[in-house]
Amino acid sequence: MYNYPDSTGHFGQFGGIYMAETLIPAVEELRVQYLRYQNDPEFKAEFAYELKHYVGRPSPIYHAKNWSDRLGGAQIYLKREDLNHTGAHKINNAIGQALLAKRMGKKRVIAETGAGMHGVATATVAARFGMECIVYMGAEDIQRQSPNVYRMKLLGATVVPVESGSKTLKDACNEAIRDWVTNVESTFYIFGTAAGPHPYPMMVRDFQCVIGNEAKIQMPEMIGRQPDAVIACVGGGSNAIGLFYPYIEEKDVQIIGVEAGGYGIASGQHAAPLTANAKVGVLHGNRVNLMQDENGQITETILFLPVWIIPVSALSIAGLRKSDARNMSRLTMTRRCRHFTICAALKASFPRSNPAMRSRMRRRLRLE
Amino acid sequence: MSRIQATFDALKQQNRRALIPFFTAGDPHPALTVPLMHAMVAAGADVIELGVPFSDPMADGPTIQRASERALKQGMSLRGVLDLVAIFRQQDNRTPVVLMGYGNPIEAMGWDVFAQRCAEVGVDGVLTVDFPPEESHDAFEHLQGHGIDPIFLLAPTTEDARVEQVAKLARGYVYYVSLKGVTGAGNLDLSAIEQKLPQLRKHIKLPIGVGFGIRDAVTAQAVAKLCDGVVVGSRIVQEIENSNDATVIANVSALVNELRLAINQA
Repeated sequence: MYNYPDSTGHFGQFGGIYMAETLIPAVEELRVQYLRYQNDPEFKAEFAYELKHYVGRPSPIYHAKNWSDRLGGAQIYLKREDLNHTGAHKINNAIGQALLAKRMGKKRVIAETGAGMHGVATATVAARFGMECIVYMGAEDIQRQSPNVYRMKLLGATVVPVESGSKTLKDACNEAIRDWVTNVESTFYIFGTAAGPHPYPMMVRDFQCVIGNEAKIQMPEMIGRQPDAVIACVGGGSNAIGLFYPYIEEKDVQIIGVEAGGYGIASGQHAAPLTANAKVGVLHGNRVNLMQDENGQITETILFLPVWIIPVSALSIAGLRKSDARNMSRLTMTRRCRHFTICAALKASFPRSNPAMRSRMRRRLRLE
Repeated sequence: MSRIQATFDALKQQNRRALIPFFTAGDPHPALTVPLMHAMVAAGADVIELGVPFSDPMADGPTIQRASERALKQGMSLRGVLDLVAIFRQQDNRTPVVLMGYGNPIEAMGWDVFAQRCAEVGVDGVLTVDFPPEESHDAFEHLQGHGIDPIFLLAPTTEDARVEQVAKLARGYVYYVSLKGVTGAGNLDLSAIEQKLPQLRKHIKLPIGVGFGIRDAVTAQAVAKLCDGVVVGSRIVQEIENSNDATVIANVSALVNELRLAINQA
């Protein structure tokens, strides 16, 4: 049985709390407080209420019939996380963490963001609960994602451009951690994906698994049974583990994660550390497969969509893969796929990228 | 006896405090690293903390982060840092050298290889910023196995029980982070340090060095009155950043000397 993480925050060889001493008490406080509320009926009820009446859940499952017919293979169903308030699955987690922050008496929340979806979600929940909100965003990403920057500012958040390193998500993450070290007593760090030090991977998973829990109810309603496979794109991994986690014990359902292949695994220019079986290392508080050079310096991910990928494989997915030998597939951008991606990206300056990524992957499955 | 212990014992006998300058290896470029180390020793440094550059230095402020970026651009690596220490040791077999950095470059090399290499080249202590005691079992075993001191951080936020835990693992000296923040921050609170240190000394029998945010001779002197060693990092890195190749040795020497004189009067 899948029973991760253990009490020290490890998913087998992965996970942990690799943080500077200054932050250890903060992480410990978070762990204790989350354990306190994880199964608290009142907390769960409030979370469920917010998901229903604020986020707009359950999100529908849509049968992409024309497309399934055209591809001629599997019948494809899309779990429409893009129809949530703020347009992505990120809000599920942001709401959960904000509710916890509220109970911990934190009046100031910070977040890192790449494409801006987690930043928008955090700014939204901060506005909802009357908290000060600071979002760290790479200067490059700010240029590329100005509509989301505008939305965050409109919601009252301060967006801080990060000029260090590659000026993208991992650097925004570093900067948010620096803020947290400095303002550790007043501040809650709303972390956007299933990574970071324990208890974040577990907490993010718990908040996101509403995706899979709903799907498990919705699929039998639609087709009378569970699907043959559940598929999700894997960057940080929060949408993927959110869908996969409730299906882990469903042994007849194949679990397929898709990483962005960039110019191909052999090129080294990709965002697929799991597929490439990248060396395990330590970054942003946990041990996981990392995109790194031979000297242990973190390298940049190569993507065609300016989205949420950090050079870290999804922690819980890494643990899952080790414990359960189901598929972790890879999508290399063939020209056709790239074309599709670009169309999706153009259409979606308001990102609905997750279904797009899933679609792209399915197309690839057909190609294979 | 380790170089670190010998150094602190000798200082204690003279009733002096250690001056521990930090800078990033390979900044401004690798050829200047060993000359800078010798110059610091000549100007009064007792222990040298040599920063191993990392692409994602989360606990560092902008000054040391930029130093890391400069060093990496010059091709500096953990391997390279170890080679530089070997060169330093050809002329200085007395001054302790502590490597300070993040865990992943060491992970990539392997702790066993790293620890062995440290012993070979004459590294005395290793401080891995993002490896708290909870995650340091392997690191600890390998370092100890080769007689290298694992140096641990303690912070204003560290509670008593953790201080006790660190006391069991730490060797050499313990590095107290004097503020809530990143390296080079400007919010140092002397009275808070004064209050915290007796609490640490209940458990920590090793020398205690204090660092993060010590930006001038006056502060260095005030901090030196409270502890066994003063770590100055960002201020020195800033001096390196503001100098050119022709002036960097003289400027850093002058700064270290100024700090030395101030600490001597503590």
